[in-house]
Amino acid sequence: MSAPESLTGGREQRMLAIIETARAKPARFRDERITLAHGAGGKATQTLIEGLLVPALGRPGSALAQLGDSGAVLAGGARLAMTTDSFVVKPLRFPGGSIGELAVNGTVNDLAVSGARALALTVSLILEEGLDTEVLRSEVAAIAAAAQTAGVEIVAGDTKVVERGAADGMYICTSGIGAIDPRGTLSSDAIVAGDRVLLSGPIAEHGTAVMLARNLFELDASIESDTCSLWPAVDALLGAAGPALHCMRDATRGGVASVLNELARAAGVSVTVRAADVPVAPSVAAAAELLGIDPMYVANEGRLVAFVAPAAAEQALAALRSVAGCEQAALIGSVGQEPPGMVAVETGFGGRRVMDQLVGDPLPRIC
Amino acid sequence: MRYVDEFRDAQLGQALAAEILAAADPGRPLKLMEICGGHTHSIYKYSLGDLLPASVELVHGPGCPVCVIPMGRVDDGIALARTDGLIFTCFGDMLRVPGSEQTLLDAKAQGADVRMVYSPLDALAIARNNPDREVVFFAIGFETTAPSTALTLRRAKAEGMANFTCMCNHVTIVPPLRALLESPDLRLDGFVGPGHVCTIVGTRLFEFIPADYGRPIVISGFEPLDILQSILMLVRQRQDGRCEVENQYTRVVPRDGNPRALEVMAEVFELRPHFEWRGLGSIPHSALGLSEAYREFDAEQRFDVPGVSVADPKACQCGEVLKGVIKPWECRVFGTACTPEHAIGTCMVSPEGACAAYYNYGRLAAPKQAV
Repeated sequence: MSAPESLTGGREQRMLAIIETARAKPARFRDERITLAHGAGGKATQTLIEGLLVPALGRPGSALAQLGDSGAVLAGGARLAMTTDSFVVKPLRFPGGSIGELAVNGTVNDLAVSGARALALTVSLILEEGLDTEVLRSEVAAIAAAAQTAGVEIVAGDTKVVERGAADGMYICTSGIGAIDPRGTLSSDAIVAGDRVLLSGPIAEHGTAVMLARNLFELDASIESDTCSLWPAVDALLGAAGPALHCMRDATRGGVASVLNELARAAGVSVTVRAADVPVAPSVAAAAELLGIDPMYVANEGRLVAFVAPAAAEQALAALRSVAGCEQAALIGSVGQEPPGMVAVETGFGGRRVMDQLVGDPLPRIC
Repeated sequence: MRYVDEFRDAQLGQALAAEILAAADPGRPLKLMEICGGHTHSIYKYSLGDLLPASVELVHGPGCPVCVIPMGRVDDGIALARTDGLIFTCFGDMLRVPGSEQTLLDAKAQGADVRMVYSPLDALAIARNNPDREVVFFAIGFETTAPSTALTLRRAKAEGMANFTCMCNHVTIVPPLRALLESPDLRLDGFVGPGHVCTIVGTRLFEFIPADYGRPIVISGFEPLDILQSILMLVRQRQDGRCEVENQYTRVVPRDGNPRALEVMAEVFELRPHFEWRGLGSIPHSALGLSEAYREFDAEQRFDVPGVSVADPKACQCGEVLKGVIKPWECRVFGTACTPEHAIGTCMVSPEGACAAYYNYGRLAAPKQAV
């Protein structure tokens, strides 16, 4: 039996190599219609961006083609970062936050994880005919409060109203500009084998809170969205690690798993995560278990992953843990070389398995 | 999480793995089939294969409810979903299963009102809230999910719901197992038995496997320690020269199953004379239709469905995967033409499908062995 088995092993490995080659090819967009999966942050979203949007809009090597959370802009001598985001969450309010707060924090965080402190935001409101003014008033107040907390000014805005049925209450688009902090030079290209992966706190709280707020499941749990400005966490990391901080992402749609996959692919490295070291609140773990969802794929709105050179990892972790809201930050894994573009999980059982990108989406419209 | 974390204890897992290693005979390979897709998923999710000695091999079986749905049934579902004004409800897994031309998700993108539910009772609630619209629930699953469909229909009948029907695709586990055991190229030495099916039907139903076919079966829970313990029990049966039905999942499974669930199933369902299984062909008395008393709730009676049998795609080897004849990666289209995002075969769609489990979780196994 041993000879056939070793042959089989060889064949299996060749098959896997063919698959990896196919996966590494640039995405081609072939779908005839847009489905919800294209907005879910997983493979379909990636194919849409890389196969349709970037080829049409970005020059090779341009800021857009680098697919960061924001694009770098040089203005005079100043290094700026610019980004935009739209928010269509349903319901508009959920435990721990609301669409207005999310709209500010989402854009502030996209800048923050690019190493930029937000300077100014614009806000566009798309309102549905018939929206209760009180709802609008309270969301505008939430925008103002979140902007004040994040220390960013709203400098321009726009308002549109569409017919009943053409929007779900309200949608918000925010754009932001930030000053790139000179302490860091962050890029997915900077990630190298040996880097440690830090996570700023327990995962999956936002997505779970929103899902439960829809009352689709008769589950009672006190789970609140984690939405918050990540600048204090970024500031602490930049201070503690400086140039040893190689890259960061906020783990929004598609969760920690999707972010790690994007970065492993962009940097051509492998990432290994120790499942037991990833903090998940017991109530979130229980809700995910009941619903058959892996918390690693559930959205966060106030959590980042950071890639740090090994020598600075402990110091960076300590700095992160001193930030309010990041007390449970953890070192969850490390970067290797093989196989490039792949994220693996150590199960705690002594086994290893793949943690791939999300394919479908169990939870539409969570941000 | 209490009652869950205990069964995922890594140290106990390592201890069980050591016992399996000590008890297994390296010179006498043991090829075990886990019948249930839920087991396949757990085995890959916790990479339990890494813990087993080379002489103990796991083969994936036919017990994934989504995987066995043939394309013709999906086409029928899509035809229903496209009916004007109709609300079509199903479990999330079904949305991406390919029919001959498209999936339910595609139909939804084109305007069909397709809604994902977590329970048939949710579908009934949708019907209650939309009294002027027809609501269809596309029911799938083995004996595990059939009682919840049956209870929902009983409730619909009690409430006199005129706008709720069910397209019933429930199947039973014994006929495909028998078909498998009758197969001349069978090379299995034992079975990890379907724990959740057995909570309903009991363990007695599986006594024919050792009695008629001389293969042992251990009814197993779904957590990693459950599965490892079941494998150890099978290894010990071989060691002791025993061949019987054993129950590892005693915390849930009684020998005679759940009489109340069986009673409501008997009231609401009757065996179909034939049912087509994906990859396995037509198997007599292998599926449930609605009984005479519930005919008014049968979507296939109320609506005109094409009912056309569609051959499985030529390239697809789901049937051989479901029978454990080939491993997922041995299929011609695995991972290249057939991926989770563009699946040809059903085994690549459901998280319980052997191909999806291997593709999503298992692609690391071989390189590690080679290093």
